[in-house]
Order: sequence, then C-alpha cells, then structure tokens
Amino acid sequence: MLAYALRRLLLAVPLLLGITFISLMVIHLAPGDPVEVQTGDMTERNIREAYKALREMYGLDKPLHVQYWNWLSRIVRLDFGRSFAPDGRLVLTKISERLPITLLLNVIEMLIILSLAVPIGVLSATRQYSAFDKVTTIFVFLGFATPDFWLALLLMILFGVQLGWLPISGLRSLNWEYLTFWRQQLDFLSHLALPILVATFGGLAGFSRYMRQSMLEVVRQDYIQTARAKGLAERVVVGKHALRNAMLPIVTILGLSLPGLIGGSVIVEWIFAIPGMGQLMVQAAFERDYPVLMGNLVIVSTLTLFANLAADLAYSLVDPRIRVGRRR
Amino acid sequence: MRDFWRALRRNRLALIGGVVVACLAVLAIAAPLIAPWDPNRPDVKKILNPPSQRHVFGTDQLGRDVLSRMLFGARVSLAVGFVSVGIAATIGILLGAAAGYHGGLIDAAIMRLVDLMLVFPRFFLLLAVLAFLKPSIWTIMAVIGLTGWMGVARLVRAEFLALKEREFVTWSQSVGASGFRIIWRHILPNAMAPVLVSMTLGIPAAILTESGLSFLGLGVQPPFATWGNILNEGKDAIELAWWLSLYPGFAILLTVLSYNLFGEGIRDALDPRLRRSGGRGVASRAG
Repeated sequence: MLAYALRRLLLAVPLLLGITFISLMVIHLAPGDPVEVQTGDMTERNIREAYKALREMYGLDKPLHVQYWNWLSRIVRLDFGRSFAPDGRLVLTKISERLPITLLLNVIEMLIILSLAVPIGVLSATRQYSAFDKVTTIFVFLGFATPDFWLALLLMILFGVQLGWLPISGLRSLNWEYLTFWRQQLDFLSHLALPILVATFGGLAGFSRYMRQSMLEVVRQDYIQTARAKGLAERVVVGKHALRNAMLPIVTILGLSLPGLIGGSVIVEWIFAIPGMGQLMVQAAFERDYPVLMGNLVIVSTLTLFANLAADLAYSLVDPRIRVGRRR
Repeated sequence: MRDFWRALRRNRLALIGGVVVACLAVLAIAAPLIAPWDPNRPDVKKILNPPSQRHVFGTDQLGRDVLSRMLFGARVSLAVGFVSVGIAATIGILLGAAAGYHGGLIDAAIMRLVDLMLVFPRFFLLLAVLAFLKPSIWTIMAVIGLTGWMGVARLVRAEFLALKEREFVTWSQSVGASGFRIIWRHILPNAMAPVLVSMTLGIPAAILTESGLSFLGLGVQPPFATWGNILNEGKDAIELAWWLSLYPGFAILLTVLSYNLFGEGIRDALDPRLRRSGGRGVASRAG
C-alpha cells in the first residue's frame, strides 16, 4: 500500500510542474498590442495598464526559463500578488474567503446526489425495462441535455418572480442581521435551495446512469448466481453482494467529478450571485483581473490533482486488485 | 453494414433524434430564407412584446424578433459544435494514434499530457484563456476544441493498442509498409467507428459549452445572435419577459437531446461490443 501511495505521489510532481507551466503559457496569450483587445466594460487605457502591470509582474520580457523560475518560486510561497480590481487585495485572501462557500455548497450537492442516485440506479437495474426504469432513463436524457443556466432561469421565474417563494440571489437577505438565530439559518437555507436544486439535477442524471450500468454488469457475475443458488434472500443478494461491488466504479466517478466539486458550478454561482470560486473567476475574466485568474487556475487545479490522488488511494483501499497493479 | 442499418432502424428514439438533428441543420442553413424578420433590426415601437402572431416567440429589449434571432443563432451553435469537435478530433486522433502505435516514451509523454489537461477544471481553463483573447466565434471554436481532445486521444490510443497486435498489421509491417502508411491506411479506418460515435456525442457537449460561455457574456459577442447570448439578455429582463428565457433554452435542450439520442443509437447499432463502453474513458483513469 505504501509503495503504491509513494508511486502515485511521485507521479504528481511532473503534473504539478505541468500545471504551473501551462498557466504561465496562458499568460503568454496576452497579445503584444493591447489595442487588439477591446471589449465590454474595459476602456483601451485600462487594458493597456493591465497589460503593463501584467508584464512587470511576471517579467514577460525576460527569457522563458527565468520567467518560469520566478513564477514557480512565487507559487511555492503562495504569492499570487494583488488583485487588479480597485480594492487591490491579496489574491490569496480573496480565494480563501470564497473556497469554503463553494466547498460547502458542493459537498451538500454531492451528498444529495449520492443518496438519491444509488437507490435510483439499483432499482432501475434490478427492474430493467420496467416502467420505473423507463421513466428514469427519460429523466437521465433530459438531465444530460438541460443547460443548467436555463433551468436556473426557469426556476427563478417560477419560484422567485411568479410565486415569490424563494430568494433568487446571494446567500443572505438584506435584513439578515435583524433576524433571530433560527430565522437566519432558515434564510440561509432558502437561499441555497434553488442553486442546489439546479446543480443536483444535472449531476443526478449522470450518477444514477453510472450506478445503473455498474449494477447491471455486477448482477451478471457468477458470484451473484452463487449467492442466489445457495438460497440467500434477494434483498441480501442485491443489497450486500451486488451493491458493494457495483459501488466501486462510483468511487472512481466521484474522484473524477472532484474538479467540478472544487471549481464549483461556475455558471450556477454566477446566476445566483453566490460569492464562491466560480463567481470570482467570472468576475476576474470580465475585469481582466489577471492575478486572480492565474491564482484561481493554479490553486483549483492543484487542489483537483490532490483530490484525485486521494480518490485513487481510497479506491485502492476498497479494491485491493488495484494495488497489485492490474491495469483497468 | 446491413446489421448496422437494421439495428439503427429498430431503435425508434435514435431515429427521432436523427430526424431532429437533420431538421435543425436544414433550419440553420436556410435561416436567411425562412427567418420572418431581420434578426438584427431594432424597432423601438416593439420592445419586449410578448409572443403574438406577428412575432411568434416575442421580441427582445431592442424590439428584435426572437424567432429570427434563434434561427440565426442555430447557425452559430451548430457551426461551433462541428468545428470545435473537428479540431478536438484531429488533435485527439493524431496524438492518440502516435501514442498507441509507437508506445514507450512517446506514449508515456502523450498520456501524461492528457492527464495534465484533465486536471484543469474545464470552465476555469476556458475562462482564463478567454480573458486574454479577443472574443469571437473563431476564438470560441478554437478554445473549445483545444480543451476537449483528451477523450478522443484516449479512445484512439486504446483502439490502436488492440489493433496493432492483429495479423493484418504485422503483415503490413513485414512487407515493409511505412509507419505512417500503416497508421493512416490500415489501423485508423478500423478504429474510426468509436471515434465517430464520440464525435457525435461531442457536438452537443460543445454546444452546451458554447451556450454557457455566451450566456456569461464571454462567448460569441452581440450583435451575433446565439442561443446563449439571447438567454443572457433574457436574464436581465427576467421579471418582464419570460419568453426571452424560455425558447432559446428549449432549443438548446432539444438539440442536445437529439444529438445524444442519435449518437447513442449509432453506438449501439455499430457494434454490440461498444455497448458497454460508457465508462471506458473513465475506467482507464483508475489504474
């Protein structure tokens, strides 16, 4: 186990170097002539200033290896500089304010998705081609095809505007400070309801589909036949023997969905004005706030890398076959 | 091939999907002929009119006809879908073929590059790149293509690993065919089926990405209409005009749904072996 963990950790080093190198290459996309870029809210002078600051900050006139070395040594010290936005605060501070919000939101979503997707997947696999299976299949295709921002708009129109039941932006009402403690919690939850509903809808489709597929493959295996043959109750066969094995690929998928978990659902955060990482990223893209963009990109992808690593290790703990080096 | 058509014909949902896909393509191509109004002509007398007989899907903040804008938007969405998937498939096929055929160091390097690209959350990478570039339809196609080739590369590599051990390849090698010729003429045609399926399924994904970016205002810019940026305008008028939000989003849903149904239908019909490959790209990541 230890050898496996060490090997995985070693493989992460070149990936880390790659992350930092690619993000430096992204900075190089900045065209030499700022007049080429002229969009939306930015005036030509603003952009010219942003580029000048950018060039000084990352030393873009120096040779590439010097640039990379400087960039790397700054990242190691977690020094992402100051935001170009008027507040001029440290990039790291801005990110550390927003990361917990995005994580909280996504952990709640993931828990809801898993607690619904596993039973749905199992039921539709054990009753393949039943009415339930057909309904969930339709739901899955709709879930894959529905743009999350559109669903968000429709729900805002229905629950926010027409019915007026739920707030449609931010995390707190204006009068939050004057509410009692329990009212505050209720207010917070009502703000979370729509964003979580939207984010859960798409994720649920994917996970229940995978669960169904994985379950269908497992129930065909010999050991399930054996379990049935020795007279175990169907409940035990499905609930214990099949489910445990069918859950294995779900661990992998869970690991793969981690980029989304940390990055947050960018568009959902933007629509509902939730002050998380996704909203920060969109704002930074609009305002050409390059230090924030680069800081976000490096931090989020590094976190993703380690989360993937953790998921792989967890997977090898629950499935010993991986450790011995069976390539899947 | 006959089995393929028979299997496809039996799959009713896939057929419906295919018909809708074809209709959408015709509507997009014929947009200038069938659009009832000029999509870009504002009319101050008709600002935010609800759907009526003259304007079936209503009008927007500038009094432009939403249906006409959606028809022209279909051209943008479909073009972005096709071109960006073409870019992604080209890169994926080249790198995947090189990795699978040559193996060894080349394979290791290319696969590490794939791992690296997959570490970046897609939307974060897209936003970071787009913040530096002049937004245009070409930029959008390029960045969606350049960030979406990893799945195809893995698929092609896996096919090549399996195919290069087969007799017809060994035979070609023994009669002295060049590596390039073997890859291009002998292995690739045999590996194309799953690639075509993943391209069919890649188009709706690219359309969703484009409409998401345009919705944020970082994708295709006005006055070019796209489904995404009509929705963006719809968001600003959300309390006044539901029709601006409802119809373009439904168009996206319908398009993505039909491509997915069609693509999965082709996959099931092409090769029963592929039927279980839903998790293939995913599973290869675990080891």
